[in-house]
Amino acid sequence: MSQQLRAFLTAVSVIVGLTAAGYGVAIMGAAVVSSDTDTVVEQSGRSDGWRGVRTGTAGRVSIPDPQAGVLIQSDGEIWRSIRNGPVTVIGAWGMFAMLVLLVLFYAWRGRIALAGKPAHREVVRFNGIERFAHWMTATSFIVLALSGLNLLYGRYLFIPVIGKEAFATVTEAGKVLHNFVAFPFMFGVVLMFVLWVRHNLPARTDLNWIRQGGGLFSDRHHPAADRFNTGQKAIFWIVVLGGISVSLSGLALLLPFAFPMFGKTFAFLNLFGFGFPETLTSMQEMQLAQLWHSVVSLGLIVVMFAHIYIGTIGMEGAFQAMGSGRVDAAWAEQHHSLWAASAEEAPAEDDAVPSAVREGQG
Amino acid sequence: MARMKFLCDADRCIECNACVTACKNEHEVPWGVNRRRVVTINDGQPGERSISTACMHCSDAPCMAVCPVDCFYQTDEGVVLHDKDLCIGCGYCFYACPFGAPQYPQAGNFGGRGKMDKCTFCAGGPKEDGSEEEFALYGRNRLAEGKLPLCAEMCSTKALLAGDADAVSDIYRERVTARGFGGGVWGWNTAYGSDT
Repeated sequence: MSQQLRAFLTAVSVIVGLTAAGYGVAIMGAAVVSSDTDTVVEQSGRSDGWRGVRTGTAGRVSIPDPQAGVLIQSDGEIWRSIRNGPVTVIGAWGMFAMLVLLVLFYAWRGRIALAGKPAHREVVRFNGIERFAHWMTATSFIVLALSGLNLLYGRYLFIPVIGKEAFATVTEAGKVLHNFVAFPFMFGVVLMFVLWVRHNLPARTDLNWIRQGGGLFSDRHHPAADRFNTGQKAIFWIVVLGGISVSLSGLALLLPFAFPMFGKTFAFLNLFGFGFPETLTSMQEMQLAQLWHSVVSLGLIVVMFAHIYIGTIGMEGAFQAMGSGRVDAAWAEQHHSLWAASAEEAPAEDDAVPSAVREGQG
Repeated sequence: MARMKFLCDADRCIECNACVTACKNEHEVPWGVNRRRVVTINDGQPGERSISTACMHCSDAPCMAVCPVDCFYQTDEGVVLHDKDLCIGCGYCFYACPFGAPQYPQAGNFGGRGKMDKCTFCAGGPKEDGSEEEFALYGRNRLAEGKLPLCAEMCSTKALLAGDADAVSDIYRERVTARGFGGGVWGWNTAYGSDT
């Protein structure tokens, strides 16, 4: 088991690393392009010094902050062009594309219904602590996503509508909220990892699930699945790894200039033969943290659209699993056949709400 | 309409820091905030040069481009100003600025930096010209009084020039012609583009 886990984690870290590598290469490429745009009227012999200033060499300054010694830092222009360019544009298209995809899927497939009759007998799908972990992460994620998206897109979307003053007030509140709600989010991610990691290790049945397209495209197929099917496992690892990554880069932004980690990450990646810069200025660290934070967040938001869809309108009986924590035995048998046998029977008088009412809510 | 620019003649600056002091005093800038600073390169070595630097009031200002609440604006004279009532202290302008101009009254933990402060080219802010409110938030509005930035006005060697770009360029060009060399129009291509 532990060997399996280790192999899997290695594979995942390589994937995450390669994505990070892509950005590093983009930034370095941009640096090479833009580093020599300033031409200085110069006499020979002194031009090297001026070129150094142009590319970020620091001088001496009487202010305690050594960063003040840098006369020109060009990386800000690269940061600006990536943030205001690809991050903003691709992020918006990504979210739009996912929404269109889900609408089309719903139009074609409709709500995936329970085949046959419900058993009118319930089993426990998620217990109290599991639902607590899920909903704490979910609600804090939504607050973080909205306040974060507001920083990237609000200027274009809301200022024309509500004006600069009202927008600044809302955004300031959003910033404070973002800083504090980050902590329940981080706690939730850790809790979910601890609770569910043993159910989310890859297994042989996952190959079968993938081969059958998860049963998403036809009512006839319901590939066998344990407590979590392959799609859910994918969501789990995306949330855990993406959540950790977004938390670390978020902490770096929360405590400015105190938490450099991209230099160390690049040094680690260079062990695998990448040529990343290992000595970064604290300013470059902040710029990379901001870019990485927004890229990972946008990725998580796009994935969460699909997760929310399939957990609510996309599938009958799915919301109930995380809502009341109890599902119909027939549903459990259909969607999680390998798990259903071992599932615990839900106590009848667990709460006062009759089963029929709960189904109506789901 | 004039296009206001700063020019620091690195062959004249003697690192006396009078510009820094003048700025701090004129605007009653709080402790820890440095709207202007003097940087010495190759300190103690041949080719040592000092440069006085502050917000350069860029043509295509990066701070304006990245501000999430769009609190910056550029006057008809090219001066980049900002509205502290809108600023949320996110620090993005500081990440974007090539010259390290944005300053924050608090050393931020938990993202709490306070309202950004920077050189205003002695042009105040969005409050009524010369009002007490404007002075408290942005400092003196000397441009509204028909005066130029105090840092340059006070410069003992006239290394730091501030004013209409054409006038400033002419003075510098004359100097270079007269003395036979020029240390460079420092930072101009970064701030104002390659056509300057």
